[in-house]
Amino acid sequence: MKLKLLIPLGAFLLLAVFLFIGLGLNPREVPSPLIDKPAPPFKLAKLDQPAESLSRDDMKGKVWLLNVWASWCVACRQEHPLLVELSKQKVVPIIGLDYKDQRPDAINWLAKFGDPYDLSVSDMDGRVGIDYGVYGVPETFVIDKNGMIRFKQIGPVTPEVLRERILPLVKELQK
Amino acid sequence: MIGEVGHFALIIALMIALVQGVLPLVGAQRNITTWMNLAQPAAQGQALFVVIAYVCLTVAFVQNDFSLLVVAQQSNTSLPLAYRIAGVWGGHEGSMLLWMLMLCGWSVAVSAFSRRLPQEFVARVLGVMGLVSVGFLAFLLFTSNPFERLLPAAAEGRDLNPLLQDPGMVIHPPMLYMGYVGFSVAFAFALAALLSGRLDASWSRWSRPWTIAAWSFLTAGIAIGSWWAYYELGWGGWWFWDPVENASFLPWLIGTALIHSLAATEKRGVFRSWTVLLAISAFALSLLGTFLVRSGVLTSVHAFATDPKRGIFILGFLVIVIGGSLLLFALRAPKVGLGGAFSAISRESMLLANNVLFAVACASVLLGTMYPLILDALQLGKISVGPPYFERVFVPLMAPAVFLMGIGPLARWRGSQVPELAKSLRWALLASVLGAAVSLLSGGSLLGSLGILLAVWVVATTLALLAEKTRNVSGSFVQRVSSLPRRVTRAEAGMLLAHFGVGVFIFGVTMVKTWEAQNDVRMEPGDVATLGGYAFRFDSAAEFNGPNYIGLRANVVLSKDGKELAVMQPEKRMYKAQGMPMTEAAIRTRLGGDVYVSLGEMVSETAWAVRLQIKPFVDWIWGGAALMALGGLLAATDRRYRLARREERAAIAGRVPAGSA
Repeated sequence: MKLKLLIPLGAFLLLAVFLFIGLGLNPREVPSPLIDKPAPPFKLAKLDQPAESLSRDDMKGKVWLLNVWASWCVACRQEHPLLVELSKQKVVPIIGLDYKDQRPDAINWLAKFGDPYDLSVSDMDGRVGIDYGVYGVPETFVIDKNGMIRFKQIGPVTPEVLRERILPLVKELQK
Repeated sequence: MIGEVGHFALIIALMIALVQGVLPLVGAQRNITTWMNLAQPAAQGQALFVVIAYVCLTVAFVQNDFSLLVVAQQSNTSLPLAYRIAGVWGGHEGSMLLWMLMLCGWSVAVSAFSRRLPQEFVARVLGVMGLVSVGFLAFLLFTSNPFERLLPAAAEGRDLNPLLQDPGMVIHPPMLYMGYVGFSVAFAFALAALLSGRLDASWSRWSRPWTIAAWSFLTAGIAIGSWWAYYELGWGGWWFWDPVENASFLPWLIGTALIHSLAATEKRGVFRSWTVLLAISAFALSLLGTFLVRSGVLTSVHAFATDPKRGIFILGFLVIVIGGSLLLFALRAPKVGLGGAFSAISRESMLLANNVLFAVACASVLLGTMYPLILDALQLGKISVGPPYFERVFVPLMAPAVFLMGIGPLARWRGSQVPELAKSLRWALLASVLGAAVSLLSGGSLLGSLGILLAVWVVATTLALLAEKTRNVSGSFVQRVSSLPRRVTRAEAGMLLAHFGVGVFIFGVTMVKTWEAQNDVRMEPGDVATLGGYAFRFDSAAEFNGPNYIGLRANVVLSKDGKELAVMQPEKRMYKAQGMPMTEAAIRTRLGGDVYVSLGEMVSETAWAVRLQIKPFVDWIWGGAALMALGGLLAATDRRYRLARREERAAIAGRVPAGSA
């Protein structure tokens, strides 16, 4: 056997190593320009009581999670049990931003699958979503006592992300 | 219920695939006829169950069964029926099932049309294809089950991605997959030849029609994808060097090298190891393409669901299949230098140059596609490689390849005399130089004129070859032309048609690049804009209701020299279920080019942003690609391949070693 004939195999294995490393990287993890910047202000009607509203500044002094969800979003169902579980532990308030949704659908959805939110506000036209740079639902933000965004999860929250990133960060910020 | 039937059918298909992948291969090695004979029925049985699974999924889509996760994610009750059927391959799971269906289709075709080949060889080919099936069925069942339930069922589906709700998208993936998967046949033939240790001319003759057919499908698939991007994305571009596009282009480049290399191996017994390596690479790149698209390691305009578990699985599969076959290649490849000798100016040398150029082009596109990932993996930062890189490396590689393409078919095997070649090519050379001169004088760029030169060169050399074929026919021009069908075989006609298509393609690309014009304007009802001699009058814009979207349609009257030509109706659509806006461009197509109007954002209560574009000869790009694909199909169905099989059978019946032909 000639060594020359092994060149294609070698080249391929090298490529495979890079592909393997590549799998561990996240090309979508473009650093969010909003990290360590003030959360964009909003004032939105509450989902269950449209007459009342909630603004960003109402949450001042607390560490909180902003979870962007919608009743039409299938991926939201994936993270939903995790959020319901988290809300029972009462470690951090979760505010839901109901994104581009219909109010009755959203209320039904929460009634059916459980409501992990301390409060949900409705962003019917998606204006606030744009300010927050939402490009896929669900997304989750960790916001500190001064109203600064400290972390952003694009896509469903997984148990690992919750355990290893979100909860330690919340604990640290609450000190 | 129907979901479980489908799921169960897939499991049975996996069991049969295991039998198909193991027993015939072992049987061929140990010469156990009964085990070898399992190959054909196993391939057909596996196909039957995959078809059942596929039909089940289609029925679930048609019946709006939102208790299946993929249906809830990809469909909607208001989605028109045709798109519910096409929606099966709109998502990851369904498109992998389509991949499987195609693989079964090719396997059944091989089992049906290879009765005349030695049983030992067919057993090996189908065994290798069975192993590929095992990998993909396991991938489906363990990481991408299309029959996963969503309980409680959704009341309504999320709807098919609006980008995919288009006739082009209905045909594009099946065509592309036919090509991708078709290369698995070439791959299986190459491995069977390596395993049997008989890497001779008969192997390449058997493999040729399959490879050319796969290449034709891939050509058509890529062209349809490009056409779809052109009219659907609303930007007027037709190729973006996007990673997902490159993923389909890489196997095409190597496949092109492969079909040419096979010709040389079959006719003259040269480049044997190289041809085998190309056959392995073509399928390797098809798998790599699947990996890149399905694992989400690269960012792309094609947003697919990403899941690292799937990535690991395909990567593992890739390493086993490709690593294993490259190892087999290293162990079994024949000594270099076998086959007849040839001189520097010969058809062999032209084909070799073509091979090298295409392989280098493929390597540079692969490098450009992988570069961001490699840098990221080495923690050197996040970058993206764009069209400037690809255009800069691609054009200098393809220009000489196209030039040689004109000479190759006229050159003789073994060696040609330069004066003789020059004599048959002088008119073609003159015509191309004239073409380039006309282009330069009318204000074309240097690169644009080179494009015209090459386009004319290809067309003119094709005609020169036809003239050469009839050189010995005496009589009038009409008599010479009418003698052509007797003098040109189907394979040659296919080759000429495909080469002619390349010329048409280059002409289209060059004309668009050189002469396209674009204007972004703000228009209110009554406004008139002009571009490239046309006048566009914005008449009105009104809302309307589509089946699953709300649309806005503008009326733009197109006129030239005061004469009204057409009312163009560009649209914007808002798809209700996903809240996704889409642009539907209005395109007026003529042989000489397109007028392209797309409606942008509303800029005030009454005014709109409108993009006007003139695209000269743009449709020649896809026309050329269609000619290439047609040429390929013509060549793949040449009588010679069928005859060759019959002779092979006669040879075997007469106890003459099949490889001695």
